[in-house]
Amino acid sequence: MGKPTIYASMNEAVADFKDDSMLMIPGFGPGSPHNLMTALYYQGATGLTTVSNGVGFPSADPRMRGLGDLVMEGRVKKVIAAFTASTRPSRAGTAEELIRSGALQAEVTPQGTLAERIRAGGAGIPAFFTPAGVGTLVAEGKEHRDFDGRTYLMETALFADYAFVRAHRADTAGNLIFRLSARNFNPIMAMAARTTIVEVEEPIVAAGELDPDHIHLPGIYVQRLVQIPPDGIFSVNRQAMVGLQQARAASPPGGDLPR
Amino acid sequence: MSDEKQPLTRDQMGAVLAQRIGKGWIVNLGIGIPVLASNFFTDEQEITLTSENGVIGYGGLAPEGMEDPDLVNAGVQFTTLHPGGTIVHHADSFALIRSGRVDVTCLGAYEVAKDGSFANWKTVNDGMGNMGGIGGAMDLAACAQRIYIAMEHTTRDGQPRLVEQCSLPVTAPSGVDLVVTELGVFTVQDGRFVLEEHAPGYTFEEIAAVTGAPLVASPDLRRVSV
Repeated sequence: MGKPTIYASMNEAVADFKDDSMLMIPGFGPGSPHNLMTALYYQGATGLTTVSNGVGFPSADPRMRGLGDLVMEGRVKKVIAAFTASTRPSRAGTAEELIRSGALQAEVTPQGTLAERIRAGGAGIPAFFTPAGVGTLVAEGKEHRDFDGRTYLMETALFADYAFVRAHRADTAGNLIFRLSARNFNPIMAMAARTTIVEVEEPIVAAGELDPDHIHLPGIYVQRLVQIPPDGIFSVNRQAMVGLQQARAASPPGGDLPR
Repeated sequence: MSDEKQPLTRDQMGAVLAQRIGKGWIVNLGIGIPVLASNFFTDEQEITLTSENGVIGYGGLAPEGMEDPDLVNAGVQFTTLHPGGTIVHHADSFALIRSGRVDVTCLGAYEVAKDGSFANWKTVNDGMGNMGGIGGAMDLAACAQRIYIAMEHTTRDGQPRLVEQCSLPVTAPSGVDLVVTELGVFTVQDGRFVLEEHAPGYTFEEIAAVTGAPLVASPDLRRVSV
């Protein structure tokens, strides 16, 4: 079997990343490729088009960089995401200002449509029809068709130059296993890119050691593997995540009710 | 007998949502008030909770110190799995939503109109359709069997959120079945709001006065019981 290349460090794994590339970035809380994104930040890539669930905020920690930092520094040309802006102007971040000024292009996409556009890209399907967004702003300019008396709109597939993936376990054949909700966009993004680079939490094992029935993503979709070093980013600061969760809970759509 | 005016608390609104969820339903709860409904389900209801990030059959929030960093709900809160719970990737998560498996989606909103349309992804009508936070709401609203909304009855400025027509860009052009506010429980029927239940101490007229669209009283209008 063809095998992915195993890199000794995150920096080496992204060293030849080309400017003006399109990049898939998974993660929904857990399952984010923080180590690869940090390496890419210092690699210097610019002119990016990114596909992710949200755009996020710049990191306050130079040891952990992400999409928010690349956006803030003007290194991203376009974001395709389910959250391109806060729903509340009071919490608007840098991305919103850049979109408003025209410096950053944005394509806001319903989350299920986003996931299916990625899945379609990985499955060799150029477009599909979905009812999500019919009768809303996201339907503008899109082809509509009726099937069995219901109206659907056409959405096109996404296929990128690179996907950065975060896996729990991997073998030397590139077969991957994810853990709990860290799976999220990881397997579908891995399938929807020309070069898929995976950061792995557990020590990479020899091909044959993982039960073939328990593999979530076959290694044919993986080009590069790199072990997260002991001093790498394994999980984001729990307090920061809890803080985020409290901030969100405090400001749901519908306003602040008496509590 | 006249009661003291008692607008419903967030928890009571969650409890009202929980009462309206049928036995064996597959349920998606949005962040904010909707997720509070999960505290009020009974074992007999046999509810399955799904979240957009692919967690099927999640339970209550993880107790402090017991959080698993890899297990979160759609609000990125640390959650738990019920026995039989499982995980799928994002595309499969929305496959079950898009194919109509979700019996009800409970969402927050800024506005609900009398035609059953609602708005919850932008707070301004700035003409910038490329900017906003849609998340999974459009997929859920277009494909779930029912849409329940939980929100404040009026804005901070006292403007109604139940309206003739949404002023903000809509999340879905129709489909809202039920709205829970701190003042009562409303259904959307034939292009109008019907008051089904009122908060303690509030009369139909008082509620109609702060509602921005025609309101009719249900024949069996009653006080909320939670």
